[in-house]
Amino acid sequence: MIEFRDVTKRFPDGTLAVDDFSLVIPSRQITVLVGSSGSGKTTLMRMINRMVDATSGAVEIDGVNVSTIEPVKLRRSIGYVMQNSGLLPHRRVVDNIATVPILNGTPKAQARERALQLMDTVGLDRSLAERYPAQLSGGQQQRVGVARGLAMDPNILLMDEPFSAVDPIVRDELQQEVLRLQAELARTIVFVSHDIDEAFLLGDQVVVLERGGHIVQKGAPVDILANPATEFVATFIGADRGRRRLVVSDTARPESGDDRVLVDSGGYPVGLISARDGQLAIGSPTPKSRSVSNKTDQAGDA
Amino acid sequence: MNWGWIGSNAGLIGTRVLEHVGLSVPPIILGFLLSIPLGYAASRSKAARSVLLTLGNIAYTIPSLALLVLVPIIVGASILNPANVVIGLTVYAVALMVRASADAFSSVPRDVAGSATAVGFSPAQRFIAVELPLAGPVLLAGVRVVSVSTVSLVSVGALIGVDNLGSFFLDAFQRSFFTEAMVGIVAVLFVAAVFDVIITTVGRVLMPWNRRPSASRRTSRVLTA
Repeated sequence: MIEFRDVTKRFPDGTLAVDDFSLVIPSRQITVLVGSSGSGKTTLMRMINRMVDATSGAVEIDGVNVSTIEPVKLRRSIGYVMQNSGLLPHRRVVDNIATVPILNGTPKAQARERALQLMDTVGLDRSLAERYPAQLSGGQQQRVGVARGLAMDPNILLMDEPFSAVDPIVRDELQQEVLRLQAELARTIVFVSHDIDEAFLLGDQVVVLERGGHIVQKGAPVDILANPATEFVATFIGADRGRRRLVVSDTARPESGDDRVLVDSGGYPVGLISARDGQLAIGSPTPKSRSVSNKTDQAGDA
Repeated sequence: MNWGWIGSNAGLIGTRVLEHVGLSVPPIILGFLLSIPLGYAASRSKAARSVLLTLGNIAYTIPSLALLVLVPIIVGASILNPANVVIGLTVYAVALMVRASADAFSSVPRDVAGSATAVGFSPAQRFIAVELPLAGPVLLAGVRVVSVSTVSLVSVGALIGVDNLGSFFLDAFQRSFFTEAMVGIVAVLFVAAVFDVIITTVGRVLMPWNRRPSASRRTSRVLTA
């Protein structure tokens, strides 16, 4: 469990990035911090591994104030995945993944063997192991970044807008990959995003932030969608523009079967709903039951 | 051209080449090593950068003969000591190299250095394992310039009595002997060229990631073919 207690961060230039922020991030779940730029979301994440130190207040991991842990040691115990992968361009893929274990004193051969296993875990072909990052596609680089983040088998994984620079199809694959990995590994993941759809997809807990790290609303995606706390949240999640307001189309429908087409209030098709005997389907699927393919399909990001 | 002179003085030419190499190598290496901390400091702060680069420019404008005469007075060595030439040329090498070194460390991508910190490199490890290698290509370019400049400047040492290929120029001038000057010029060019080959080869061996064409570039070549 990660806990922020009355945390404030004022940068030397006087910018108040985070103002009196408190939050509990439960273990073994994905918490997404979502907000526009300037909302302090990245600063908040960077306080967890002391890339940024709080001006006042405390950040605790399982009850231990991070300010009492030596930064280098702390960072090596926490996985970190960033935008543009942040890989070392002068090291081969396998060495990039093995970097942190080797820094921690793991014998090189052992660390590389483990790195190859991690490539399997994140769905990378082992034939890419000896390449340099620049020889991979953006999606493959992000997978390497995730593998590197997992290399120390950390309890906590910080993900700083990791997929915002890849194209939508690859992003979709990588998001599914995160869900699959999380179902398998169950880590405490803190995910920073400016994309509300990504937040709703990945988050067990979603925290909507406004300027200065003010929490406008937090909760499960379904609660936020059902009851946006403020106008700002409604705008942010798209409820005000009718993007989340769906109706069954009375014109478009499949040529056969019971399905009806759902459109949003702008008339754009968003999905299908079955309507056996004219009765719209009602159910309670949970995010956990989402069918997450175990097979790795790299066609899209090769 | 008096080809006979070359044949009968092959031993002397060899000796002068070796003297020349012996005087050139230490300033190049010392200049490189000294420029690393200075360049790193210059890449970290604007104030340090402007002070160090200005000092470098001033040092480089000191006329070489004047410097070589001043060095023994300052360090208290005998006027004929080859160390005078090495020290003087090291000053030039540092003066030239500090700018390249500052640019080299500034060229290291911020996000790569930042991510190295984020995954747990200590500052010293980050410098050795990330910033220094990534500064490598620009450092290499700087060393190549310093190498050529040093090999050419060593000749001036002959004027203060430290023998090297420059001694041929002096002798040729005093005797109006064209062949000797030509031999000196060709030999200096040869030494400079060999140094350059050695430096670029070392660079290629130490920075294998730098010579590989990226996958995307290779693909685009296929596409345009």
